Amino acid sequence: MDRVIVTAAGILTIGWIVWFFLFSKKKQYRAAVSSGIQEVFIRVKGGYDPDVIVAKAGKPLRLVFKREEEASCTEMVVFGAFNKSAKLPPYEEVVVELLPEKPGEYDFSCQMGMIRGKLIVEE
Amino acid sequence: MKEQIIPSATTGVSGEHKGEVRIELPVTGMTCASCTATIEKALASMDGVREATINFTTQRAFVSYDPGRVRVARIINVIKESGYDVGSEKITLKIKGMTCASCVRKVEDALKGSPGVVRAEVNLGSESASVEFLPSMTTIESLRQVIESTGYRTETEPSPTREEDSKTREYRTLLRRFIVAALISVPVIVVSYPKFFPVLKDMDMETLRLLWIGASILTLPALVYSGSSFFTGAVAAFRHRAADMNTLIALGTGMAWLFSTVVVLFPGLFPENAREPYFDVVSVVIALVVLGQALELRAKGKTSEAIKKLMGLQAKTARVVREGAEVDIPIEEVLVGDTVVVRPGEKIPVDGVIIDGRSSVDESMLTGEPLPAEKQAGDEVIGGTINKTGAFRFKATKVGKDTALAQIIKMVQEAQGSKAPIQRLADTVSGYFVPAVMVIAVTSFVLWYDLGPEPRIILALLGAVTTLIVACPCALGLATPTSLMIGVGKAAENGILIRNGEAIQVASALDTVVLDKTGTITVGKPTLTDVIVKEGAAEQDIVRFAASLEKNSEHPLAEAILQGAEARGTVPSEPGDFEAIPGHGVEGIVDGKRISLGNRKLMERVGADLDLFEKDSHRLADEGKTPIFVAVDGRAAGVIAVSDPLKEDSVEAISGLKGLGVDVVMITGDNRRTAEAIARRVGIDRVLAEVLPEDKAREVKKLQLEGRKVAFVGDGINDAPALARADVGMAIGTGTDVAIEASDITLIKGSLLGIQAAISISKATMKNVRENLFGAFFYNTALVPVAAGILYPVWGITMNPILAGAAMAMSSVTVVSNANRLRFLKVR
Repeated sequence: MDRVIVTAAGILTIGWIVWFFLFSKKKQYRAAVSSGIQEVFIRVKGGYDPDVIVAKAGKPLRLVFKREEEASCTEMVVFGAFNKSAKLPPYEEVVVELLPEKPGEYDFSCQMGMIRGKLIVEE
Repeated sequence: MKEQIIPSATTGVSGEHKGEVRIELPVTGMTCASCTATIEKALASMDGVREATINFTTQRAFVSYDPGRVRVARIINVIKESGYDVGSEKITLKIKGMTCASCVRKVEDALKGSPGVVRAEVNLGSESASVEFLPSMTTIESLRQVIESTGYRTETEPSPTREEDSKTREYRTLLRRFIVAALISVPVIVVSYPKFFPVLKDMDMETLRLLWIGASILTLPALVYSGSSFFTGAVAAFRHRAADMNTLIALGTGMAWLFSTVVVLFPGLFPENAREPYFDVVSVVIALVVLGQALELRAKGKTSEAIKKLMGLQAKTARVVREGAEVDIPIEEVLVGDTVVVRPGEKIPVDGVIIDGRSSVDESMLTGEPLPAEKQAGDEVIGGTINKTGAFRFKATKVGKDTALAQIIKMVQEAQGSKAPIQRLADTVSGYFVPAVMVIAVTSFVLWYDLGPEPRIILALLGAVTTLIVACPCALGLATPTSLMIGVGKAAENGILIRNGEAIQVASALDTVVLDKTGTITVGKPTLTDVIVKEGAAEQDIVRFAASLEKNSEHPLAEAILQGAEARGTVPSEPGDFEAIPGHGVEGIVDGKRISLGNRKLMERVGADLDLFEKDSHRLADEGKTPIFVAVDGRAAGVIAVSDPLKEDSVEAISGLKGLGVDVVMITGDNRRTAEAIARRVGIDRVLAEVLPEDKAREVKKLQLEGRKVAFVGDGINDAPALARADVGMAIGTGTDVAIEASDITLIKGSLLGIQAAISISKATMKNVRENLFGAFFYNTALVPVAAGILYPVWGITMNPILAGAAMAMSSVTVVSNANRLRFLKVR
């Protein structure tokens, strides 16, 4: 009997892990537009907050990062598709400016690729 | 109510001041004299401005205004609104000792009232003042004095050292956490294995249980202090619906502690043989992983050594001539156009051109060239290099972020932060890695529990915990970037700037290098060597005809001909009806005669018979000289030869490239005979001659269609399309022009030897990356299943969770250490 319970619990846990980490929808955050520039403030602490950013194509995008921790994992943010990266000194605001031209989904991450965010560029 | 008038900025004149004030503002962004009118008009139309004049040459605006009616900030705004900028700088100064909001006001007012300050904001929370000021009117030092005069202290923290501080702090924190966990581990281990210790082994179960409850409490600080970052990190990641290394360690150690605590508190819940706690796993694993993180941080610090070295090259102060006197000022305040004085043994502060004096300059730190370069008036000097023997004065041409050194640093930093294509696999894998490990851990638990021997619950728990602990996503993530950082830095130390990770990966797999002839293999400064004329014609005339036609030409050979004419004492005249025919030559009327100057194709075009000069032109070409024919009224009249000397190390560099197994191809617009003669001298087998400049990219494409991975090496100015077309575009830079857009790799030192070095470094870096990736993949794919218990059914082998912790800690340290081996790579 206990075996059945453990097995069932195990299968449920596995299902939940797969759903939660890989398939559940993340909250999206739309970049605010002011005088032609889109701007988002991103808090960096164990992750990017917000980590899914929606922006419009063709408009300059200012991403203001502030790393609120000293753990070195997040010391750099890399936008591979834009060939841009920035060092994030702790407790300092660092601006990354991008010009998203083509609509699509672009990942950004720490240098090791462990902490990730996504930039969704819409028409 | 009377409108409050804030004391005027820039002038320091208070609002109550009656009468007119005249100020001087540096304006930037003016490209033409007509710009001045735009600004003047905009300023003059302002209320309170009586007169505004702009001096285009000095790039200064002179404004006479009434400080009671208009503020300088407004004047500056108007200049900005008309599309130009005022040469103001922004700086943040740290202020110590401010305790209240009124202090903020005091400092702010003092700053705003001091000359040269455009804007000042003081923030109590961050204890800092951000000041916009005009560097031509005040200095950072005097701003600091203004703040200090109000009774507070200022401090400056340049960014690199601050970063350094945070690294050192993190390292110390990690060490402290390790020590705490290690100290806790000692008694915890002792009580965990009572049968090995004399007094303990005779204790009854009840006493032991009390000791274990003590161990449970004792391991708590290991969890909440030493392991705090795992738990906070795991929670932060969880909120983002993500999981990382922290999640794994937090789950593994958390589960072990929770299970053990339940066991010692309620032993009755478990079978007789499953009542032992595993507190030792908690504290020892945390100690080991934290130690691993500390070691990794230390090793990672070394990976950015090259960039630190580059940053350290920057001079702190400069001696400039201001108002006739030599003054030492901070490097940030040097302006373009300043006259800078450099004495022997001093560091050259910014980029510029020598006005007078001569010296030899050690540029090895930037170019990797060991021999000092001789410099005299008119030569470029690069900021960060060291003046050896003589004293000289130079005019600053690039300052601040525009200097070659600043650009090099920026480029290296960008490259170090970029990704190589090879990393994509690791990136994709690491996206699924942690959830996958968790799934394996759950599966392991279930299988041990369902099928394993007794005590099933213990073995199931150990299987899951060991799986979670042994998995090391960090090794996977670290593999590529760390090697790349060192490789790019190593290249920079040798005067090779690599744009990004992709360039390094492609450069490591090159099999063909296409070298442009002029300026790449040769020096690029041709001279007129021979003049051969038809019997009866005067050598002087032919040279004069040629020089007259080339007078207005921009062709590289034109200068050689003009200089040759000058040396022969002839004065070229103005050509009439001038026409340049691309790929052929030039034509025009000189002294009423129709002169054609160019190659064989041009002679065929005008119908000139070359029989007379056939032998001479072949001989000249075989000597590696470029013969140029001169026809007068459609009849061949002479041939002149221009020769471009080889660079000193071209032969050595080309044989070095062949040694790497790379095919070397020469491309040139020059005629085949000359090209082949030069190719023979430098040891090149394949020559693409008589290629029009615009066709170079097509020739590169042809080589690519042969299935080759092609690098194109050129000067970066005329060869942009070919550089862009090639798999790797290498620009041979000269002097301060380092950031050549079209190139993937820039060789700062104008020598071909850099190509071989660039390829060698790329190869070594990619080899290192592959080793790391293989190691990381192999480690995880081999050890995760073993930890889960895959070897148990056949051989009865399981993994000890403490061993798993040690392996995990070592794996990422190993990856970083392996990458660090690259630092000792010998280039050439």
